[in-house]
Amino acid sequence: MDKHVLLRDLDIPNIRELDVYQANDGYAAWRKALTAMKPDEVMGVVKDSGLRGRGGAGFPAGLKWSFLPKDMFPKYVVVNGDESEAGTFKDHQLIENNPHQVIEGVALCAYAVQAGAAYIYLRGEFYEPAGPLQKALDEAYAAGMLGQNILGTGYSLNIYIHLGAGAYICGEETALLESLEGKLGMPRLRPPFPAVQGLYAKPTVINNVETLANVPPIVLNGAQWYRQFGTEKSPGTKIFCVSGRVNKPGNFELPLGQYTIRQLIEMAGGVTDGRPVKGILPAGSSAPILPASALDTKLDYESVQAAGSILGSASFVILDDTVDIVWAARKMVRFFRHESCGKCTPCREGTFWALRLYDKIVAGHGASHDIDMLADVANGMANKCFCLLGEFATSPVLSTLKHFRPEYEQFVREHSDGKAGVYEDQLIRDHAISVNGVEPVGVAH
Amino acid sequence: MIKEKRANEVEKILAKYPSKRSAVMPLLYLAQEEYGYCNDDAIREVAELTALDPTEVKSVVGFYTMFFEEKTGTYVIEVCDDLPCALRGADEFVHHCERKLGVRAGQTTPDGKFTLRTVMCIAACDRAPVAQVNREYRYSLTPESFDKMVDDLK
Repeated sequence: MDKHVLLRDLDIPNIRELDVYQANDGYAAWRKALTAMKPDEVMGVVKDSGLRGRGGAGFPAGLKWSFLPKDMFPKYVVVNGDESEAGTFKDHQLIENNPHQVIEGVALCAYAVQAGAAYIYLRGEFYEPAGPLQKALDEAYAAGMLGQNILGTGYSLNIYIHLGAGAYICGEETALLESLEGKLGMPRLRPPFPAVQGLYAKPTVINNVETLANVPPIVLNGAQWYRQFGTEKSPGTKIFCVSGRVNKPGNFELPLGQYTIRQLIEMAGGVTDGRPVKGILPAGSSAPILPASALDTKLDYESVQAAGSILGSASFVILDDTVDIVWAARKMVRFFRHESCGKCTPCREGTFWALRLYDKIVAGHGASHDIDMLADVANGMANKCFCLLGEFATSPVLSTLKHFRPEYEQFVREHSDGKAGVYEDQLIRDHAISVNGVEPVGVAH
Repeated sequence: MIKEKRANEVEKILAKYPSKRSAVMPLLYLAQEEYGYCNDDAIREVAELTALDPTEVKSVVGFYTMFFEEKTGTYVIEVCDDLPCALRGADEFVHHCERKLGVRAGQTTPDGKFTLRTVMCIAACDRAPVAQVNREYRYSLTPESFDKMVDDLK
């Protein structure tokens, strides 16, 4: 993009500094809202903009805000900066390099719903990037943009940073709330929804970091301005993370629906060594893999869904033709096995057994019926859990089987000598099984 | 110990939340820094500060990967070997780290200096291979830069 809406650090050096941010329209939307707009008007413009949640679900942000009951206090804004989906690193760049825009977005959201406190929940591994964000918060307080009686309007707001401690599940919004309350990060049963009973059982808005970073330019420039970017159903710009087998991995902010996956890969410098694409994960490990035939899919929520996957957090992991699909699927299943919180039996047991089966196959003990059993295990998880983790965990299994089943068959044919070969090192490291000719215990034949 | 040594920080943390229980994770980080890891004394102190049962605090320690239940090396080196990093050579890189330090991932060097761990995605896939040393990022590592980093920390 010529001019970024979100990744403005690419256009304006040092925008993380308060004076530079303010010299470039920084906190202008905040001043405008506080002095000339009613809370409902702020909510209205965000609704009209069509902004959809950028964390993964794509739910309309303004609509989400409007679900909070008007007459119940206190209310809270909680910002999801848990950013733990494999292949996602956009919020990392935002909080580190453009923190004031995130803070201004949080403040506007809080004002719109009339919350007096906001918590920015960052994954524990963001201990270091939390530094620039905390510095920006301190500057905003010192400049009178936060705290008591802001700009003499009588409105008061405190924003706090809260660090998680290493748990992917806390990106799930109700697990995040549990974690913020000092409990184990396990999802809650819904209803009640967080809008009515969220943090400390009070009305709560939970939005992703990137979602809220969109709000200042929307409030400042209006919904129509925002809608010049993107499509009717997917308005605005979105940050696309590109990683894996490309020459120049990184974040790319693009209008939704304008470019294709193929063009995105070109922006990322093309595939490593000029190899052909084998598969695309549009939202990290959670998204069903797409084969190379989907390269001309447009980059918006509807198009990626029509192609058979999800846009989610738009973290594109690119696999070229040298990548072993069984190995890649095992890596992803290992992730979900590690991150399953253990609350729901189908997810806890399903991810365990799926990884056991992959280990068996990779260790050279697999047979064709193990491939069928993988599908059985995945289907045993689908639609049976409190949260989507159990659902996501089926994606790497079922989608790779759908598009690459012959590779699995070939793999078990070629790796049936009871030796893990090149995979031995990884298997030992993962402490998954003993690979010295010993079959995994308890796997039925 | 943190109650006396880091009284200001403890007070600031407790003031952030309407519920003491919410302070359990930030206080555990403080305690971990002071005690070296989340041992029984650390857990008891955090339990007291948050008015929780020590068993509940211990369950929090057990649930989250960044709280250590055992003594670690002075430097905890956490290398990502998740899929996006592995597509850029992370498995071979971890193997190199193991050889350089003379331990397998999950172990601590005999001199107590380094603990090597592998971790799931740490949101820096554009700069793989990537690691964190005591929670600070080390981006775009190579075997050479890793060796230099380790030698400098020795």
